[in-house]
Amino acid sequence: MSGILIIAEQRRGELRPISLELLGAAASLRRDGDEVAVAILSDSPERFVKSLSVGGVDEIVTVRVGAPEFDPDTFESAVGALITRRSPDVVLVAHSVDSFGYAAALAARLGLGFATDVFNAERIDGELVATRGGYGQKVNVEVDFPGRSTVLLAIRGNVFKAPDQAATPRVTSFDAPPADNRAKGREFIELSAGDDVDMTAAEFILTVGRGIGEEAKVAQFRELADAVGATLGCSRPIADAGWLPKSRQVGQSGKTASACKLYIAMGVSGAIQHLAGMKHVTTIVAVNTDAEASIFSVAKYGIVGDIFEIADELRKLF
Amino acid sequence: MKILVAVKQVAALDEDFEIRGDGRDVDPEFFIRDLNEWDDFSLEEAVKIKEAAAEPVEVIVVSVGTDEVDESLRKCLAKGADRAIRVWDAAVEGSDSIAIARVLAAVAKREAPDMLFAGVQSSDQSFASTGIAAAALLGWPHAAVVSNLTYTPGAASAVFRRELEGGSLQEVEIQCPAVLTIQLGINTPRYASLRSIKQAASKPIEVLSLADVALSEADVGEAGSLSRVRRMYVPDKGRAQLIEGDAAQQAARLAEIIREFKGARA
Repeated sequence: MSGILIIAEQRRGELRPISLELLGAAASLRRDGDEVAVAILSDSPERFVKSLSVGGVDEIVTVRVGAPEFDPDTFESAVGALITRRSPDVVLVAHSVDSFGYAAALAARLGLGFATDVFNAERIDGELVATRGGYGQKVNVEVDFPGRSTVLLAIRGNVFKAPDQAATPRVTSFDAPPADNRAKGREFIELSAGDDVDMTAAEFILTVGRGIGEEAKVAQFRELADAVGATLGCSRPIADAGWLPKSRQVGQSGKTASACKLYIAMGVSGAIQHLAGMKHVTTIVAVNTDAEASIFSVAKYGIVGDIFEIADELRKLF
Repeated sequence: MKILVAVKQVAALDEDFEIRGDGRDVDPEFFIRDLNEWDDFSLEEAVKIKEAAAEPVEVIVVSVGTDEVDESLRKCLAKGADRAIRVWDAAVEGSDSIAIARVLAAVAKREAPDMLFAGVQSSDQSFASTGIAAAALLGWPHAAVVSNLTYTPGAASAVFRRELEGGSLQEVEIQCPAVLTIQLGINTPRYASLRSIKQAASKPIEVLSLADVALSEADVGEAGSLSRVRRMYVPDKGRAQLIEGDAAQQAARLAEIIREFKGARA
């Protein structure tokens, strides 16, 4: 067998956007004659067929499982059975919290070629080569998978483009073997706001990161944000320390700056998880003492300098 | 009762680093080594559980690496770990996260802990897969990105919250022993006191070979890995347009950018 198998991701009845981005990755690996199958695991998988009926999909495989939501044992067992049955060349999953919970286990158990956080995948002289970041994204790392007939890649979000046209792939079903579910999901809990700010709606955000050094400095930046008319945001370490509420955290596990047009990052180094929430903003200004900070690779304007001095000078102008 | 905590000594890169001669890694001369940030949180979680437990709990840290890793293991001993284990063999060189997981799983088999913690990921290679792969090799229940944990050592199950994208959480009950990968922010890691640093300096670090954990050379290195590094290179990155001048001049330009944005919106 051959072809590409994509494992779509859903949560609480919604298809996650990365599911369709995986088709963009599949397009760059597809060879003549390769079929692309998308599997969706749910207690009612048929409900996702319509949203998965897009260009680049040859087949949708509905996989009925016992529980409505992700759990690692069910996914590992069902996806493992699919791989064993179909022997695809390539299996694509999202590099996401759900796949963190089962993809490595599956790869280790089945002996699949395996790479995570992949942002480029191609065939070089017929060999599958995946590219990921290393040393805090300072280098690119190309990996290959000698001797592996099936390779499982966990693909980074917001890199590949989802197809925009509809299509009518064939729909098949797969009976997953029953799984011994040893980690049972209970309820979902929404982040308690802490305050009533909506980072996703803010058009102008001023974010502070680890560079502010101590909690006492937060007040200065809060006042500056007010003065210039920005919503104050923060990176993960600031929210984890409790210096600002979690509702102000921008990034993968925080909020996405969806409506933002101007984003000023002060003392933010630019971890990949933070960039995920803001790198799309048209005008990013980064202020950081470290000229090598990765935030400068996504910023339009950069100021290499002391955030407190810049903040003081900027305050005088408003 | 025992909690095993898998830790990694990570490498950050010095400013003007160079790629190694074979083009497949960075020259280690440019490494700035430290304990992985995530592991600081998983160690703290284990030590907190130990301190709250009615029965004695032993916290053991384990790492795979050369004697350079001892520095990070001593840091863990100073922060409350009772024992440290380090596994090394030249054959481990070139291992991916799965081969490392095989070593950690072998140590877990030997130690038979009630729970195994690992960080969600490492700050240098960011595989986010070592802990969960170790769980598969042990056949243990597992869960990733744990941001809140209720666990009594010896209990048949634990309850935790999994941190999802966008900041929501899911509560999960898991059977024990289990492997949990611990997220940043689950607790506030302590600083080691001067006294505990001094005490840690004289604690022994148990050094094990592959044979000690019943593994062979074929289990690690490239042979035991699911991927192989082909090439490492410095990418052409987008660069911000730098705003030059002194702080006052830089702030004045920033003020202009802010006013342009406000003007465009008005």
